[in-house]
Amino acid sequence: MTHFVKKALADIRSNRFLNLITIITISLSILVVSVFLLFFENASRVIESWNQGGRAMIYLKKDFSLDMLPELKARINALGDIDEMIYISKTQALDKLKKEMSSQSAFLKTLKENPLPDALEIRMKSYNSFEEVQKFAQSIKAIGIVEDVEYGQGWLGKFLKIFNLFKITGYAMCSLFFLIALFITSNTVRLAFYSRKLEVEIMRLVGATETFIKAPFYVEGLLQGFLGGVLGLSVLLITYLTISSGITQSLASYVYFDIRFLSVKIIVLIIFGSTFLGWFGCYLSLKQILK
Amino acid sequence: MNDKNNKNLIIRLFNVSKIFGGKSALKGITLDIEQGEFIFISGPSGAGKSTLLKVLYLAEKVSEGQILIDGMNLARISSSRLPLLRRRFGMVFQDFKLIPNRTVYENIALVLEAAGEKPSYIRKKVMQVLRTTGMEKKLKALPPTLSGGEQQRVAVARAVVGEPSIILADEPTGSLDSKSAQAILDFLMEYHKKGATVLIASHNLHLLESTVRGRNIEISEGTIKRTVTML
Repeated sequence: MTHFVKKALADIRSNRFLNLITIITISLSILVVSVFLLFFENASRVIESWNQGGRAMIYLKKDFSLDMLPELKARINALGDIDEMIYISKTQALDKLKKEMSSQSAFLKTLKENPLPDALEIRMKSYNSFEEVQKFAQSIKAIGIVEDVEYGQGWLGKFLKIFNLFKITGYAMCSLFFLIALFITSNTVRLAFYSRKLEVEIMRLVGATETFIKAPFYVEGLLQGFLGGVLGLSVLLITYLTISSGITQSLASYVYFDIRFLSVKIIVLIIFGSTFLGWFGCYLSLKQILK
Repeated sequence: MNDKNNKNLIIRLFNVSKIFGGKSALKGITLDIEQGEFIFISGPSGAGKSTLLKVLYLAEKVSEGQILIDGMNLARISSSRLPLLRRRFGMVFQDFKLIPNRTVYENIALVLEAAGEKPSYIRKKVMQVLRTTGMEKKLKALPPTLSGGEQQRVAVARAVVGEPSIILADEPTGSLDSKSAQAILDFLMEYHKKGATVLIASHNLHLLESTVRGRNIEISEGTIKRTVTML
């Protein structure tokens, strides 16, 4: 194995320009994929934070009375896994509103009667997506005494539609860049193979097996893929560190969230994917040349 | 036939023909070669000398007939076993076939690396053949920086480093001056004395007649015209 790695490194050194182009192409593809993943990861977290971690407010009809509460709680509990359920009476809600508005709450004193409804605040124990919360909310809404359920379905729902559209575009772009990188990698291997045609012919004459002949090409492909992945992620990390603090600061005044870099799991997956890309490009090329 | 079997025949050709694009390069060649023989294949250019060597190491497949190498039928050799067959041969070519961007040492070591030998053994064997061929001072040189004679000595060193039982040399002296050609032939003769079978294809009859003691197989238009034992 050491022999093959040494050989591959020597070949990379002797074909520096060609290998550099391949590594840069792979790194650009990885960069595009990583940018999308970074966006998706952070956007998902933002959506979740906006959705308050599976929280929903159940507003009850005017004819609700406290003696209905145990039965209502039991019915809601039967619909799904509820982690927390807090009853907020209309009086408590008005007090809370007054506290929140503090100095601007004077007009609330002029109200003849409390316009706020009784409500239940619930938090789901486990949920995977906004759609799940949406489905759960709809089944709660079907209960007679429930007036409305608020879970951010308005603008958040619209945002999710745009987000999903962006996700599909992201997948398409990632696939396109993957194919471009694959094409470039397989062509580099092809060029490297043709430039070493005499060497391969001599190797065969002296009794080298196909594995012995192919191994340095595969190691070269794996190295190109790995280095391309590392380079792509490094560029992303540098860009992230440069601009993330600025974005967080400017958005912090509107909503609380911090932009995080890709998780270790995703980084490992990206490096593995780019290494696989290098190997696969080599495999396709050699399969075609040596058939 | 039984009489010949007793002589430890290492190469056997039965009615071997090779056709290239409708033109016969070899026509019904039948030939037995004993282990340890020194064979000189002579004949004019295009007579079929190189083709005869090529069918032996399966660079070309025969169109008709059969070849046995040490009892192995070449027609039945799978592509995965071809490298094992090739390791039985040491090959020398007129154009040397050295890898230009690898050093002398690396070119020779390649044979043993391909055979999966240990690095310590490779180092020992390569240095040994470099000393024998007088190339030990050039071990780090790249082939294009060497003279033709030196390159052929490296090629011969590469051919013998794996201690093959058969040496196939296709016009080994074709591009060399007489002094270098003599040195190459002397080296091949020395290796032959260790028990190897040596087949040299060359049109340089004069040089070989003055050097070689063995069997001269004269080929013309793809057929064996005559066989002479040179004493």
